[in-house]
Amino acid sequence: MALATRTDRRPSITRTFWGSTVGKKTVMAATGLVMIAYLAVHALGNAKIYFGAGDFNDYGHWLRVMGAPVLHREWGLWIARVVLSASVILHGVSAYQLSRRDIKARSTQYVHKRPRASYATRTMRWGGIILGLFIVWHILDLTTGTVHPGFQEGHPYQNVVDTFSTWYGNVIYIVAMLALGMHIRHGFWSAAQTLGVGNATRDRVLKTVANVLALLLTATFISVPVGVMTGVVS
Amino acid sequence: MKLTLRVWRQKNADAPGAMATYEVDGISQDMSFLEMLDTLNEKLIVEGDEPVAFDHDCREGICGACSLVINGDPHGPERTTTCQLHMRTFEDGDTIDIEPWRATAFPVIRDLVVDRSAFDRIIQSGGYVSAPTGSAPEAHATPVPKADADYAFEHAECIGCGACVAACPNGSAMLFTSAKINHLNVLPQGAPERESRVLDMVATMDEEGFGGCTLTGECATACPKGIPLPSIAAMNKEWLRAARRAGRR
Ligand code: HEM
Ligand code: FES
Repeated sequence: MALATRTDRRPSITRTFWGSTVGKKTVMAATGLVMIAYLAVHALGNAKIYFGAGDFNDYGHWLRVMGAPVLHREWGLWIARVVLSASVILHGVSAYQLSRRDIKARSTQYVHKRPRASYATRTMRWGGIILGLFIVWHILDLTTGTVHPGFQEGHPYQNVVDTFSTWYGNVIYIVAMLALGMHIRHGFWSAAQTLGVGNATRDRVLKTVANVLALLLTATFISVPVGVMTGVVS
Repeated sequence: MKLTLRVWRQKNADAPGAMATYEVDGISQDMSFLEMLDTLNEKLIVEGDEPVAFDHDCREGICGACSLVINGDPHGPERTTTCQLHMRTFEDGDTIDIEPWRATAFPVIRDLVVDRSAFDRIIQSGGYVSAPTGSAPEAHATPVPKADADYAFEHAECIGCGACVAACPNGSAMLFTSAKINHLNVLPQGAPERESRVLDMVATMDEEGFGGCTLTGECATACPKGIPLPSIAAMNKEWLRAARRAGRR
């Protein structure tokens, strides 16, 4: 068999990844999956609201002491916050840079237009922007309370009921969760392709998992404002 | 058949272009799309106009030269090349829009002709195997499992027409590049350059200004040779494997 005839002169692995469209997309896929994993835990935590203020506030308390006694109080929470912030930033920056590049690569549009790709696929960029804005609003609303009149530190149950007693609280939250469902529907399946685990035989399974995941997460998250509105949670 | 054609006309790479409207009559349903354009050009020449420039060569669906976006679809409404598309797909009285491939990496040279040499440079950076010269090797020396041979052949069908790039909203060349990489990387003959091939070809693809993949699937729908969308995931897998190995050295 022939031998490789050329010597390799290649940049560092970080440069290889960040400098390539394929590599940067891998960063998006990995950070996206980290965020989805977090959201699964978050959705389970939210579901505890149906068991009353005590149960829900206990969950809020656990977030602060998770990992104890190995981890000091709030260390676990801060590690999660750092990992998630890094994920959001890396995901957002990659999305921005790749999108800029994609738009430049097709600088002239066709005169004869026809709709292309599915709704979830076409809305990844706008959906992502909505999610980015929502993440900021959500933290200011329920973590720091900056935009939340009457916010009570350490009383998450009361704060949640409070938020969903305003019309704008409900609208912002529900719109964002619908966007989330769309984003995950295309995103989860995409991440599998990007990471090279997708193939023809697995395609049906991956699409189904993506749809089920998107539906479960969206439904669980939306059930909370609906619960408050209908008085199931009060 | 009588048809109204709206065709992209552009004098050269730097001139602005625009759609021009022409009427053609006497088109037979058995004509290919290119023969229909030949009829238009004969008429234009007789009338003293410049004929419409378009790429074509084999006219039998194997060379990949023909490259027209017909009513917004690369190669038109059927899964075939423009030269193999017949006028029976259209109705008498139809208006047909004809545009060049649109991608920043494929600049328009004139009318419907684009410069696809970016594809050649992707191939040059790794779409080959290095074999020692001399007499032909003994045929049984390098057995290829049937499944691998089929996989290689499926990807070898790519004729490099560029319909995938033209269809992609990001002007991405991922399907083309994946076809070339998967074709060679699965074969023992391609094994010595397995890693450098995928790293170099993807790097060239990026340098040429093609966009990234957002998995819209438009490429695989447009491909006249049926290169499937999972080929892209397979290339990503090869790329990740090669990048990890390069990092370990
Ligand atoms: C900061 C806000 C966000 C922005 C700006 C954003 C934007 C994007 C964009 C533009 C894409 C590529 C779309 C495409 O390939 O067509 C994408 C993919 C993806 N997003 Fe987001 N997104 C955001 C938040 C999120 C969140 C919160 C999650 C977790 C649920 C997530 C999960 C994913 C996944 C898994 C992918 C697929 C990656 C791949 O294609 O390999 N994103 N995002
Ligand atoms: S002219 Fe050769 S493929 Fe159409």
